[in-house]
Amino acid sequence: MTKGKITNIIANLITIKVDGPVSQNEICYVVAGSTKLRSEVIKVEGDLAFAQVFEITTGLKVGDAVEFAGSMLEIELGPGILSQNFDGLQNNLDGLEETFLEPGKIAPALDAKKKYEFLPLAKKGQTVRAGDWLGEVSENIISHKVMVPFNFRGEGTISWVAEKGELTIEDDVAKVTDVKGKEHSFNMIQKWPVKLPIKSYKDKPRPFNILQTGLRVIDTLNPITEGGTGFIPGPFGTGKTVLQHSIAKNGDADIIIVTACGERANEVVEIFTEFPELIDPRTGKTLQERTCIVCNTSSMPVSSREASVYVGMTIAEYYRAMGLKVLLLADSTSRWAQALREMSNRLEELPGPDAFPMDLPAIIANFYSRAGIVELNNGEMGSVTFIGTVSPAGGNLKEPVTESTSKVARCFYALNQGRADSKRYPAIETVDSYSKYLDYPEFEKYMDDHIQAGWVGQVKKAKDLLIKGNEAKVQINILGDDAVPVEYHRDFWRSETIDFAYLQQDSFDDQDMNCPMDRQKYMFNLVMRLCQEDFEFENFNEVTDFYKKMINYLRQMNYSEFESEEFNTNKEALDQFVEEQRNVNEREGIQ
Amino acid sequence: MKGKAFNKIYTNLTKITKATCTLIAEGVGYQELAFVDGRPAQVVKLIGDEVTLQIFKGTEGIGTDSEVMFTGSPPTLAVSKAMGGRFFNAYGEPIDGGPEVEGEEREIGGPSVNPVRRKKPSQLLATGIAGIDLNNTLVTGQKIPFFADPNEPYNQVLASVALRANADKIILGGMGLSNDDYLYFRDTFTNAGELEKIISFINTAEDPPVERLLIPDMACTAGEYFANDLQEKVLVLLTDMTLFADALSIVANKMDQIPSKDSMPGSLYSDLARIYEKAVQFEHGGSLTIIAVTTLNEGDITHAIPDNTGYITEGQLFLRRDTEIGKTIVDPFRSLSRLKQNVIGKSTREDHPQVMNALVRLYADAMAARTKRENGFDLTDYDQRTLEFAKDYSERLLAVDINIPVDRMLDRGWEMMSKFFESHEVGIKEELMDKYWKKA
Repeated sequence: MTKGKITNIIANLITIKVDGPVSQNEICYVVAGSTKLRSEVIKVEGDLAFAQVFEITTGLKVGDAVEFAGSMLEIELGPGILSQNFDGLQNNLDGLEETFLEPGKIAPALDAKKKYEFLPLAKKGQTVRAGDWLGEVSENIISHKVMVPFNFRGEGTISWVAEKGELTIEDDVAKVTDVKGKEHSFNMIQKWPVKLPIKSYKDKPRPFNILQTGLRVIDTLNPITEGGTGFIPGPFGTGKTVLQHSIAKNGDADIIIVTACGERANEVVEIFTEFPELIDPRTGKTLQERTCIVCNTSSMPVSSREASVYVGMTIAEYYRAMGLKVLLLADSTSRWAQALREMSNRLEELPGPDAFPMDLPAIIANFYSRAGIVELNNGEMGSVTFIGTVSPAGGNLKEPVTESTSKVARCFYALNQGRADSKRYPAIETVDSYSKYLDYPEFEKYMDDHIQAGWVGQVKKAKDLLIKGNEAKVQINILGDDAVPVEYHRDFWRSETIDFAYLQQDSFDDQDMNCPMDRQKYMFNLVMRLCQEDFEFENFNEVTDFYKKMINYLRQMNYSEFESEEFNTNKEALDQFVEEQRNVNEREGIQ
Repeated sequence: MKGKAFNKIYTNLTKITKATCTLIAEGVGYQELAFVDGRPAQVVKLIGDEVTLQIFKGTEGIGTDSEVMFTGSPPTLAVSKAMGGRFFNAYGEPIDGGPEVEGEEREIGGPSVNPVRRKKPSQLLATGIAGIDLNNTLVTGQKIPFFADPNEPYNQVLASVALRANADKIILGGMGLSNDDYLYFRDTFTNAGELEKIISFINTAEDPPVERLLIPDMACTAGEYFANDLQEKVLVLLTDMTLFADALSIVANKMDQIPSKDSMPGSLYSDLARIYEKAVQFEHGGSLTIIAVTTLNEGDITHAIPDNTGYITEGQLFLRRDTEIGKTIVDPFRSLSRLKQNVIGKSTREDHPQVMNALVRLYADAMAARTKRENGFDLTDYDQRTLEFAKDYSERLLAVDINIPVDRMLDRGWEMMSKFFESHEVGIKEELMDKYWKKA
């Protein structure tokens, strides 16, 4: 293996004089006393390799020895990933004994001693390719498929498969002979370099079906699909993290991977504390059972921040290859971009806009395109849905990270400061946000078949009402309450009704926090019916009064359990109230 | 921070800038502490055997033949119980005329706490100020700054929060503090009879700006000693972090780094996060809470310093002068405590979350009405009532001179709502309305 010695140190960038071949993105270790600090080569010039150290570099000296690993940054994939809390380099955080994160400490990702009940799925003599299922073990709530490693080239023939029985992840489970006649032994662990996408699937079709998040403003108004991509930009304090946590809790996926990238440690602690206690209604088990957390919080070394998003994506792709529905959340991709900027800056590269590296858009595009729904070799479907948050500097959406992301992500959930200020949560902008999936014919058909005929059309109608209400509001603000026709007030209050009674949702209320699709369908139909009925009013005060009261009834319904007695009582009260208004209209119509 | 006598002495500086100097030396560790002509300095760059040192006190008068001595380790602080009641400079040396503190030497700016060893912060930290306790409730282990224009009385508010917070230790990190403010803190703490539990690291406006870079690390290292080793409830006050960030940009500039937004170094986010993330609630009950001050330029929170801070801290407390009542208030819109959800309605009364939101929503309506009035439109009866409510709300709840318990704040909230509004206008859950709503 190649060895080297440090010649320069600036912050976490080191230059190494090497004695042999090195490759771009190769991993190397700086020997510092008894510990070894992991680093990654990011540039090579002659016999000098430039590497970013994934740890604090305090105390390193010129002349310190460096050992090269011969491989890129790889992670271990196998049973035992779920319920774990990893750092950005897949160290198992619970395995690190010390209170403080001492540099160079390593804790294995997977438990090599634990025994799993292995069940073979493939037979001797069967022809297999990378990603094909050899057998399965049960991991928490899922059936974890043991696969032919993704780096296996071409086809091979199974010469032996382990029988049903208790095995550790290091025990061999199959032997496969490749076309050249060489026999390979496989156990349950495989390694994969995180910066390369796992592509062991047959086909990657266009996304077509909804992935429910339990949030009305997303599922109804701007739905994300299974295998879709979305991003949430917003200034600080507009509820990005609350929104992501809420999606992580209620998202209708088999597996949730949460990547906390350069964010606050206490937010991760919240997940650590809550997820083992919260019950997932779909499985009856705790949320922790279907979750894996990759966290590189803001005070952890900046270069492993970059690695953490790739680690999260690679784990997501691994579970997708088992035919599972995976939801990957990354908070925040801006911190990752900033890590790229810090390194680019130290390498003295010519800067692009806002001092970010010139290839930032390409890096972001490559990353988002790893999401998607795929058809596996055996015909099963698996998906990685990706939602990333973006933290635009100064809340200005015309900055490089937001702009680059908007070119690749199909759903845009803009968090608005004004909405957050007036506590209209989730603060997702009602008019400017979009989901391009609403325009996919296959998605429209899916909703027709599975929710109700003409659903997408009705959603677009709701958007029109919101836009109309917005325009009316502008007119009222310019001309004054009295100077505009009463209809303007009605238009405005229709959009307020959709906003207050449907789009706003209380993430901290036990009932309101999660709204399943059948409830959304019921409430959306109800709200839309009320917002399209032509109630008539004498003056604008009557309009305000009527809609405010109506909103109040609808909100009480949101706070009560669906179709419970309380819910029905509120519904009756609403019906009665609306009926009275209809009667008033009718009486005045007769006169 | 002390030099060791047996180290080799170098006397051949090859380059001197306003903040750094360079020399040829061997066996030097990255970030090692050195002394240049007796002035403390730190290794910031190693290029072969060329060592670049950042001299905290500045390079005025440093010659190419100045004596340079390396200490063999990064900057340290001697920690012990004897620190209570003492005042130190940025290097941890006493400035109160007292003796040196003997204790265990600890490297400053060490690694952060493993997230899985943290506990979810959920212990209420009451201040008596309704703009904080009611709308933006704090908990121990939180990190939060005051955002304030330079003319707001932020240091006074900081001092009263510190004294009311019932902490075991208060650690003040003063950066670029005016001498008057330094004396204000000293006198306030002394008069409160609490001096023994206060430890101060002070860099005044007269001291060299680059020295400020050491203050937060010194304060947090001392804080960690009390919070982790002694399991105490520690409050670290950092004022003013804007001046800290300015010092960062000076050094980055001298090191020829490409500046990013607002001439700040590209690593500003990481530099600030490293400090703020020291805030922690330990499993054993000890905690380190950071309350900082970030001064703004005419309320501009889009500037890189407050902007990056906002993304790091768990909220911000925005101080603003309300001209209607002539007092400084905690702005209910732009302020936020992210961890309030951990305590409101749980450690405090059940109606807390809903009352808090309803009051802010009504206040937002009042601001809309105010705009309407300024634009010369007629106000509706509702608009009029919101305006009257806003004045009352501002004066009796938002002003920073309020000092009452949380229950009393909630009672005042209900009182105001029923005084100015009808029940359907406040949008609160029915079961709470049944219990607390009293029509005047």
